[in-house]
Amino acid sequence: MSRSGRIAIVLGMLAVVVFLVVFTAMSFVGSEPPTVNLTAGHVPGRPVHLVLQTDGAVGVGPHPTWVGYQAKDPATGAWVQTGLWQVPAHTKLDVTIYQFDSGSALRNQNWGRVTGVSATLNTAPFGLIDSNKVPVGHTFSIPALGISVPLKGVNTSLKNFCTAGPCNPATQAHNTITFSITTPGPGSYHWQCFIPCGLGFLYGNGGPMQTEGFMGGFLEVMA
Amino acid sequence: MTVEIAPPTSGVGEVRPPTRGPASRRPAWFGQHVGTALVGMVAGYALGHWIGNVIASGYAHVQGSGENDVAIVLGMVLGVLGWLAGIGALNYPLAKLVGRDSVPRETTGWTRYFRYNLTHKVVGMQYLIMVLVFLFTGGLLAMAIRTELLSPTSHIYGPGTYISIVSEHGTVMMMMASSMVLGPLGNYLVPLMIGSRRMAFPRVEAFSFWCFTAGYFVILSALPLGGFPTGWTGYAPLQTEATAGMDSYLVGFLVVGTGMVLAGFNIVVTIIHYRAPGMTWGRMPIFVWSILVTGVLLATATPTLAVACLFGILDRTAQTAFYVNEHGGSSYLWENLFWFFGHPEVYIMALPGFGIVGEMLPVFTRKPLFAYKVGAAGMVGVGLLSYFVWQHHLFQSGINPDMRPLYMLTTELISIPTGFIFLVGLGTLYKAKMRFEVPMLFCLALYFNFLIGGITGVFLSDVPVDVTVHGGFFVLSHFHYTIMGGLVFAFFGAVYYWTPKITGKTLNQRLGKIHFWMMFVFFNLTFFPLFLVGLFDQPRRVFEYAKNLQTLNDVASVSAFLLGSSFLVFVANFVWSLWIDPKRAPANPWGSNGLEWQTASPPAWYNFERIPVVLADPYHYSEPTEVPVADLAPTNFADAAAAANGGGA
Amino acid sequence: MSEQTGPGGTPATQERPFRLMIPLWVVLSAAGDLIFWFVAGPHVPPGGMSNVARGAQFDFNVLFVVALPVVLAVWVYMGYAIVMWRASRPGAPEPVGGPAARGNFKVQVAWIATTTVVVLGMFVFGTVELIVPAGAGGGEGPNPIWTPASKNILPIQVIAQQWKFTYRYPTFGGMETDRLVVPDHTTIAFHVTSLDVIHSFWAYQIGVKADANPGIDNVAFATTRQLGTFTVRCSELCGIWHGAMYTYGKVVSKSQFEKWAISTERQLAPNTKDLPPFAYTYTPSANGATGGYYTPHVDPYSKVEHYGATPQHPKVTQPAAATVTTATG
Repeated sequence: MSRSGRIAIVLGMLAVVVFLVVFTAMSFVGSEPPTVNLTAGHVPGRPVHLVLQTDGAVGVGPHPTWVGYQAKDPATGAWVQTGLWQVPAHTKLDVTIYQFDSGSALRNQNWGRVTGVSATLNTAPFGLIDSNKVPVGHTFSIPALGISVPLKGVNTSLKNFCTAGPCNPATQAHNTITFSITTPGPGSYHWQCFIPCGLGFLYGNGGPMQTEGFMGGFLEVMA
Repeated sequence: MTVEIAPPTSGVGEVRPPTRGPASRRPAWFGQHVGTALVGMVAGYALGHWIGNVIASGYAHVQGSGENDVAIVLGMVLGVLGWLAGIGALNYPLAKLVGRDSVPRETTGWTRYFRYNLTHKVVGMQYLIMVLVFLFTGGLLAMAIRTELLSPTSHIYGPGTYISIVSEHGTVMMMMASSMVLGPLGNYLVPLMIGSRRMAFPRVEAFSFWCFTAGYFVILSALPLGGFPTGWTGYAPLQTEATAGMDSYLVGFLVVGTGMVLAGFNIVVTIIHYRAPGMTWGRMPIFVWSILVTGVLLATATPTLAVACLFGILDRTAQTAFYVNEHGGSSYLWENLFWFFGHPEVYIMALPGFGIVGEMLPVFTRKPLFAYKVGAAGMVGVGLLSYFVWQHHLFQSGINPDMRPLYMLTTELISIPTGFIFLVGLGTLYKAKMRFEVPMLFCLALYFNFLIGGITGVFLSDVPVDVTVHGGFFVLSHFHYTIMGGLVFAFFGAVYYWTPKITGKTLNQRLGKIHFWMMFVFFNLTFFPLFLVGLFDQPRRVFEYAKNLQTLNDVASVSAFLLGSSFLVFVANFVWSLWIDPKRAPANPWGSNGLEWQTASPPAWYNFERIPVVLADPYHYSEPTEVPVADLAPTNFADAAAAANGGGA
Repeated sequence: MSEQTGPGGTPATQERPFRLMIPLWVVLSAAGDLIFWFVAGPHVPPGGMSNVARGAQFDFNVLFVVALPVVLAVWVYMGYAIVMWRASRPGAPEPVGGPAARGNFKVQVAWIATTTVVVLGMFVFGTVELIVPAGAGGGEGPNPIWTPASKNILPIQVIAQQWKFTYRYPTFGGMETDRLVVPDHTTIAFHVTSLDVIHSFWAYQIGVKADANPGIDNVAFATTRQLGTFTVRCSELCGIWHGAMYTYGKVVSKSQFEKWAISTERQLAPNTKDLPPFAYTYTPSANGATGGYYTPHVDPYSKVEHYGATPQHPKVTQPAAATVTTATG
């Protein structure tokens, strides 16, 4: 084989390797969940409204049976199954969570407390849920900001219990939890649920608990 | 000492040329090769996955999680079997099983590198390429890690992806490093160095290589399966609760581990039984000593890992509870089993490097190896002690707290035999005449790097200091200094040194020097700052860190990219000098006395025309009268053997 | 290596390499050690916030002062060798092989003896430094054999879970809080346990590190010495948010601590009564809150309600260390 033939073979193989590497890297980048943008069109000084729902089964994506959060995209009004929410800094953030999932007693009752905010459950203020009596489904917690709110579970025997997301707050059984925070300076703030809710995984902490976009993600505060 | 009489298959006078049967006239795509192996792998995976679904898709936890680990594990296991069957590894045992004799067909030409070949030199070359593939895969993952750590808070990947990359990097590198020297250089060079025509068990040798290759696919399958979150240490019960990528880790280590056990066992038997007449223990090259100890460690430590992985697989599929405290298992069990393998593993990755520098230093200093016996004893001592130190990885775990002083002692004792390696090196340099050829530069770099790696190991063995540095970047730097700074540097030195032997062609020395200096400088600039990062409280495997550590992390990251690019120089050199524009190498370019250099380059299929009679160790440099290392054409076997016994040191 | 008999053993040559190397080595080592000890030493992590942190710092500095001359010995020797014993140096003498160059009994014995003495010295030093400060801040398992002399030990339980540490104060009604506040000049027993996978509680500036295993009470002691804030990190990979298990603790004065603890106890009282009784370990249901791994209907070995467990040590108001015997496996 001539020398140029060998060079051509080497360059060809190099191209294949580069393609494989780039392809792998891109599929990783592409596997990140989408971001729900609450900063677009935000008027400074006005509060921002983050609307979330928690479903026993998200019903979409590669893991439709997994439990997860969905966020309402203000631009389209559609529910997006993701854990990445972009919000403006130093702004009042009103959070509404529709809890459609059922609940149980907590492994650590410490997560039955509301910390860092004043929250309401179906419009009534609350500060503590005794999970031995009232089942809790999830929490919404941002550890770095000291915020944690337990989400009371829904009775599964209700006729309009939602079995697969995205669920409809108008027709399906849910609890509505609201609270407000003032967003801090720019940065990525990790949020997660502290209730082991990954069905079928040891300790309930695998799967959706360990995958971004289901029971954890980032509050991305933009300058 | 008595003369080891080689078995009849490699006795004097029997020169068996490669079988030139009809196989060599067949077209290249014909028969069993990597292509059929890939087909077998895919078919096996599909079959296993289907069986798994039939068995387990009704299980409650499978329905709850949406993940059927039974199907995935069975798919992987049958996929590996399909791979081995496809390459032809099972032909011989299956034929024997039904009472037929399978005729081995030795092919020639370039296609034999893609086939199940039983020649130790072909297997060595196959290993060399596969080790490089492993190394560069792991290296790319390392670049990805350092990219994420450029910034303390903003993220390029999500935390899950980051942990997957970290875990994949660690596991790929560990699998690679376990076979890095023993696989390619051990298989290729040991028979040449001890005057043998072959390895003791050629089929076992080839089998171990194809296990190693299958392991590459298995561990890479973790990426499309979503990765695994445990790092290379795979701690349970995090392991048990992880998603399907974890199965790749467990099955991957099981498969690679099988290969490691077999490779180690084979090479130990070869060294014990296949030495040429006159190759007494005291004349054996120091590299062979290091490979002997490494082989013993591989064959005896790795089964523990395989068993631990098997338990993990059972916990994840059959819902046993080996590692789950609440159901009668113990989260300590994995830690103990893993590190019982894991610490000998550390020396599996260190000793071959010592052997390589011990082999090259005399050549480039023109001096005998200083304190040869102490050096060999040091290697054996390190190997023995390595079984008694594993709990130093668990000083803060609460396991056997009263035993901590003992493990501190055994760990620190290891620095005595390790010190022997320095004694050997420094003594050989004394009043030498050093030639700074590329391999020699890598040797000196090993001493520089391993000194830092070894000394920081003493800090880690001290329990009070370990409380601060355990689990942080200090440890990370320490073991990169020993494994990369030691083994990987020695490996590349060895590649430059032995390529003329293996290929008959020589690598470009100028590019080699560029490669060396880039690698040496940027290796130190990458990992030295990380010692400080670790001291200043950055734990390993975190995607976020304190803002004040950004400068040090960025220095490390940028250096890591440049370190990575040094390997491009190597690859360019390797491909250009060996294939595109090959230059014929002199027969013995470095002027070595080693037995492997006394035969043709590349060696003929049978290595030595006649089994040589070894007369002396290969370190007789700068002596008034030349001492031949072996009689390559013994006319009378018995007389020569008697002479070998009587004379020579 | 002794000056007269180098490994080459060539008495005839005029070159006396160690005449240059040894003074150079002594000067460099002395200078390096002194500079390190007095300039860098006081700032070496983890600092002086507790007795064990101070101990770890002291140990690190001692090891460094011993290690630096060893490193310098090799570097000086190799530097000299590279400059003087290279083939490209004009007039470089031919090396001499033969038995004298293959080994020198005195050199080998001296080398082995020196390294052995240094290593055994390090071992004795490390053991003393481990035992005297009662485990040097490392996790000592459920039955620590080395305990602090202090009679007044404050027990604090660290509960690790994916992915946060919470803290229970058994002497303050067993309250559970997200905040780690500890009093100054007090010996603290950290009882570290986990509700799921293995974590590691690392209170950096107070020099404490103890793995958190489910169902295991891993005790570590430290006596605080200074007021201030310290970093708490998880140092054992525990899953996706391992990097986010990052928080701060505080050392405050004793009176401030009392005030904080009593008010927090009162404030948390409604939740504390819903918590399971304080125990040194808890048995999490391996199934998780919603069940599903060990199914159907497989209960943990240790029968528990929800996550609570039977206390293994009956007295919780007593300082833990005082009730512990030295019986250990």
